[in-house]
Amino acid sequence: MVKLNINGKTQDVDVDPSTPLLWALRENAGLTGTKYGCGIAQCGACTVHIDGRAARSCSVPVSSAMGKQITTIEGLAVNGKLHPVQQVWLDKDVPQCGYCQSGMMMAVAALLKQKPKPTDADIDKAITNICRCGTYSRVREGIHAAAKA
Amino acid sequence: MNYMPKMDRRSFLVTSAAAGLALGFNIPDNAEAAGMQTGMSAQLPAQMPVAPEINAWVVINPDDTVVIRIARVDMGQGTLTGLAQLVAEELECDWSKVTWDYPTPGLNLSRKRIWQNYQTAGSQGIRQSQKYVREGGAAARMMLIQAAANEWKVPVGECTVDKGVITHTASKRTTTYGKVAAAAAKLNAPAEPKLKDPKDWKIAGKPVKRLDTADKITGKQIYGIDIKLPGMLNAAIRQSPVIGNKIKSFDAAAVEKMPGVKKVVQVGDDAAAVVADTWYHAKTAIEALPIVWEETASNKVSSETIAAVLKEGLTADTKFVGNKQGDALAELGKAAKKIEAVYGYPYQNHAPMEPMNCTALWTADKCEVWSPSQNAETSLAVCAAASGLPVAQCESYRMSLGGGFGRRASSHDFVQQAVLIAKQMPGTPIKLIWSREEDMLRGRFHPISQAKLTGGLDDKGNLTSLHMRISSQSIVANLIPQLLKDGMDSFVFQGLNPGGTEGAFGYDIPNLLIDHSMRNPHITPGFWRGVNNNQNAIYLECFMDELANAAGQDPLEFRRKLMAKFPKHLGTLNAVAEKIGWGTKPPEGVFRGIAQHMGYGSYVAAASEVSVSKSGALKIHRIVAATNCGHAVNPQQIQYQIEGSFVYGLSALLYGECTVAGGKIEQENFDTYNVMRMDEMPVVESIIMPSNDFWGGVGEPTIFVAAPSVLNAIFAATGKRIRTFPLKNHDLRSA
Ligand code: FES
Ligand code: FES
Repeated sequence: MVKLNINGKTQDVDVDPSTPLLWALRENAGLTGTKYGCGIAQCGACTVHIDGRAARSCSVPVSSAMGKQITTIEGLAVNGKLHPVQQVWLDKDVPQCGYCQSGMMMAVAALLKQKPKPTDADIDKAITNICRCGTYSRVREGIHAAAKA
Repeated sequence: MNYMPKMDRRSFLVTSAAAGLALGFNIPDNAEAAGMQTGMSAQLPAQMPVAPEINAWVVINPDDTVVIRIARVDMGQGTLTGLAQLVAEELECDWSKVTWDYPTPGLNLSRKRIWQNYQTAGSQGIRQSQKYVREGGAAARMMLIQAAANEWKVPVGECTVDKGVITHTASKRTTTYGKVAAAAAKLNAPAEPKLKDPKDWKIAGKPVKRLDTADKITGKQIYGIDIKLPGMLNAAIRQSPVIGNKIKSFDAAAVEKMPGVKKVVQVGDDAAAVVADTWYHAKTAIEALPIVWEETASNKVSSETIAAVLKEGLTADTKFVGNKQGDALAELGKAAKKIEAVYGYPYQNHAPMEPMNCTALWTADKCEVWSPSQNAETSLAVCAAASGLPVAQCESYRMSLGGGFGRRASSHDFVQQAVLIAKQMPGTPIKLIWSREEDMLRGRFHPISQAKLTGGLDDKGNLTSLHMRISSQSIVANLIPQLLKDGMDSFVFQGLNPGGTEGAFGYDIPNLLIDHSMRNPHITPGFWRGVNNNQNAIYLECFMDELANAAGQDPLEFRRKLMAKFPKHLGTLNAVAEKIGWGTKPPEGVFRGIAQHMGYGSYVAAASEVSVSKSGALKIHRIVAATNCGHAVNPQQIQYQIEGSFVYGLSALLYGECTVAGGKIEQENFDTYNVMRMDEMPVVESIIMPSNDFWGGVGEPTIFVAAPSVLNAIFAATGKRIRTFPLKNHDLRSA
């Protein structure tokens, strides 16, 4: 049993500390919004925030997230109000299948926190998540729109 | 949170067998009902009042909300919204009150396939169901208005409807769909509902937003991989890395004591699985499970041996002819100038973001699967076959798909395996998830192929003869051999056919021969977004550029001369040429390429602008794409499909390659099977130019022209003609 702070709540999670955070979130904490795509830090589908920074949770053991603030897609909206990135994603119909989009939005939200007005070059560098449906043009447009919001 | 699709809203009893099924089994009499899944189950109260079903396609709730039934699958391509638009258009309902549900295939069977075909592949979701879904909407509208007229005792002709509000003009009485739905449901359906002229469309044809975005931005959307059922266990699988090898033995005792492990089972004859409390535990144990495989001749196969087999097919005798005009072989001998080139296209994996998965629950008298599938009817058929139970005792619930691209239509191996595992643990729901590595090794790969093209020019540089010999693996021979005609796979000739509405060759060449040698290695092929159009368009459109170059002519003008008889093909080509500014000077260091093709009923063209740096780095600056898909049901979603198809097609061009060594696919994850990311995404400008006289597809067609237009631009930039793929294997520094 380990204690994890997820989306502002500290909870006991019955998991070995060596377990990748992705699986602890999905299977032990019941938060399936964070997705599995590759398991080797390649695709970004599993992106969450750890202390406000984007992290690929498939490659972070639970032990290194203990004592830190973990935010998942389920915790991105605050008090029922969508995060600006979510709002733009909804307004602009960014997702296709949507499977990559939890990770995509978490990566984008972290970028905007560090760089509220990112350039295209900033975006190219920071957002390396894979979207097989090919929403990259929508994502880029969405980031610029969210930066204005 | 436990998630159970709602299945209790309606119950049906069938009295006669459903006939004419392409599912490979008979439907017994008295099949008990299955279910209906609400599209917005998260938002609906647990106990919905039973709302009147006006007909199979339309249910109207007392609060005027409209539930539209969707048989085809939405895997991100927007079909759900497009189909709902078509029904709503004819229904004349309030679009803001539209929701949807997904009838299960079990219910479809028990209702004599009232929702018809569930297959969502070949860009057919809308074009092949548009007529009957529109008729469903129109019939429901007529019944609803009739019900109001009956209530008011006025002639139906005196009543009008707008956004679900019915008005009797003379008396100024109004009512709503919700109020008359119960009465309308009791009326007989009109025999031949008249459909609107698309010119008068108000909902269809408009860029309305997708219906299904809300849950995708909050993490609420339940994909197959996310389902949780009471008492559920998780399974991880290891299939023979060499396709076709069988299991000789495995040492269950070596992993049985590992954390969380409940059972180690064999799955069919070529896989073993570990069932555990969590999937992470199951995966950890399966990776440690010692398995011995029975080797076969396939273990000696490599990319090199496969290439040699295909190469032999380039010159071998064959009787499989896809297109023939005049006598190409004889005329080639007489040509003033003869040009020849050999191209090749590799195996590629679909790699949808959500790996294959399926959840199954088996008991002695019932088998249910929760399956992210592109065809829920096939999923049900596979479930029944694997369960050993009659299909009437089986059901396949429709889960959201994290992408499909043809993988989830080509094979339902994941369904079969989930059932085979669940059968060994009766009463326990088992969620089987493939790791990415399993997904990569046991794909249904884009088939491998080579082509030899020989063209003859006369002394004025006119193309008088063309021979295109394709040597390739047949998808159909592997997956649906009953579709072979005297051994011939006509799918091989996608986009190269002499006429027809599906994929017609767009050049008038007096002497033409397109033929095929079938060579089938052991690697399992599948339908991969665009399918054989992908390599056919590259071969033909790049070779057209080679011919134009040999003739000393502009590639666009060279094509135009051959296209007078194909105005629709020419229409999209001209549109992209104009928009990209063909014939004007591009920016310094930027070069252009162009391509056109027809497939899945639509005419598409693209023009690209690229630059190649001194060190050989490619930058695709801009691609203009045009599609004439006949009717454009939702221009915004079409634009997104164009963009998405380009990402898929360009990923394949830049990186997509699965190689074979020791009989096994060598790429096991995205580190060795790279795909395009944000930084490589070009600006895509879409021209949606429906001619409004046919119905074409949109999910795939534009993918065909992305790669050849870029390749032709690379040639313009570097003088290098790339004929094998992906580009990562080539040095693009100028020759
Ligand atoms: S699942 Fe973590 S990066 Fe792909
Ligand atoms: S929206 Fe489907 S993978 Fe990105």
